Amino acid sequence: MEWDWDFVRQILPTLIEGVKITILATLLGSVLAAIVGLGIALARRSPNRALSRTVGFLAEFIRGTPLLVQLYFIFYVLPDFGILLPPLVAGVIGLGLHYGTYTAEVYRAGIDNVPRGQWEAAKACNLNATQTWTHIIIPQAIPPMIPALANYFIAMFKETPLLSAITVLELMNQAKSVANTYYRYIEPITLVGAFFLAISLFSVVLLRWLEHRYGRIER
Amino acid sequence: MSAPIIKIDGISKSFGTFKVLDGLSMQVMPGEKLALIGPSGSGKTTILRILMTLERIDSGHIQVDGEQLYHMERNGRLLTADERHLAKMRQKIGMVFQLFNLFPHKCVIDNVTLAPMLTKGVPRAAAEKRAMELLDMVGMVDKAKAMPAQLSGGQKQRVAIARALALSPKIMLFDEVTSALDPELVDEVLNVMRKLAAETDMTMLLVTHEMGFAHDFADRVLFFDRGRIVEEGKPDEIFRHPKQERTQGFLKKIIAAGHRV
Repeated sequence: MEWDWDFVRQILPTLIEGVKITILATLLGSVLAAIVGLGIALARRSPNRALSRTVGFLAEFIRGTPLLVQLYFIFYVLPDFGILLPPLVAGVIGLGLHYGTYTAEVYRAGIDNVPRGQWEAAKACNLNATQTWTHIIIPQAIPPMIPALANYFIAMFKETPLLSAITVLELMNQAKSVANTYYRYIEPITLVGAFFLAISLFSVVLLRWLEHRYGRIER
Repeated sequence: MSAPIIKIDGISKSFGTFKVLDGLSMQVMPGEKLALIGPSGSGKTTILRILMTLERIDSGHIQVDGEQLYHMERNGRLLTADERHLAKMRQKIGMVFQLFNLFPHKCVIDNVTLAPMLTKGVPRAAAEKRAMELLDMVGMVDKAKAMPAQLSGGQKQRVAIARALALSPKIMLFDEVTSALDPELVDEVLNVMRKLAAETDMTMLLVTHEMGFAHDFADRVLFFDRGRIVEEGKPDEIFRHPKQERTQGFLKKIIAAGHRV
């Protein structure tokens, strides 16, 4: 079997459509994971035992089960309970929830890293709990954890082919469909790898920059 | 004679099995400058932290400015204070910490304006005007836009004093505010405190190992050991003519360690 550049040119537009969906799913999934993670981290610190325990258990449960199973559940099982989601929405929710349980750990570490004196100074300044979190703790906790968060977002990006299992027309799914149409696998699958590699390399450069920019906070 | 601004009545506090404060009672008069001295672990810092509501008491009562600190009166009954009551009481009290605890992500002036803007709804312009006055008093006006990381320890502590003053507390707590400073930076902070004492009638409680400063600054000195007040009196009485053996022993050790008296 030989590499066929004409075939490459022919399927490239379709694959680029897939790349767009892959990137979109990663971006939306990252935003959701960032929010869900923060929510989990805050809930686990709540003085309300019932809340912190429940959220802790759910997070442990999600982290302990495969993303693929969760995607199937969201897309194929939830409709039985009357919740019918479009594939991309289901995929983004799956990615966001799954990775949210990991980013929660990053937040936890980031929050723990803020010295106790900051909490005490906030109290001495008579800030209430919300003001302490939004003005003092979160702004100090987040910059040092940006590299770790970005790491998870890159990992998430490389897991997006799983979304093909729930019919999202992302890069892998597009490649499979052209391959199945023309019975040629070498070009589409190689291109999928090339796209992922290119974007990952670009992301790593971005990550290095983020590490340099936010990696440490001066005290 | 006016009523005491702080009235501590039989408070106890333990950390695990270690009893830091054991049925302690004391009173502070309005405008009084009080120095708390004693070996580490004697409970003097814990008193400041309890007054700032950073630690809860196990038992006893504290009255600040005529109101219960950890309790509130409702229909003649004394209940445990809720967060709202504590927030109201905290307005009366400001604290300066050993390790400054400036907000490192905010510039100097924002450190000073943050609390008045958030907790009292002071408009930015007014808060900044007041902050500049305070920074002028502590000699930090030209660093108003600097970040804390760019400041020396002494400068940080002077900003921290301005930050605490910005809420106009009636009582200021100074917790070993020069202990973390290089020796040559100690005086600039002490000078600010002298100025503060001279220019305001604020009540000031000071935990310190600077015996010379405590001598000049304080109206009254309390010597603590093992969670109790062993001896108290005018600075001259305590430093020149201590009556209790433990006070004498402590002062001897402090002098031997090179602290100025």
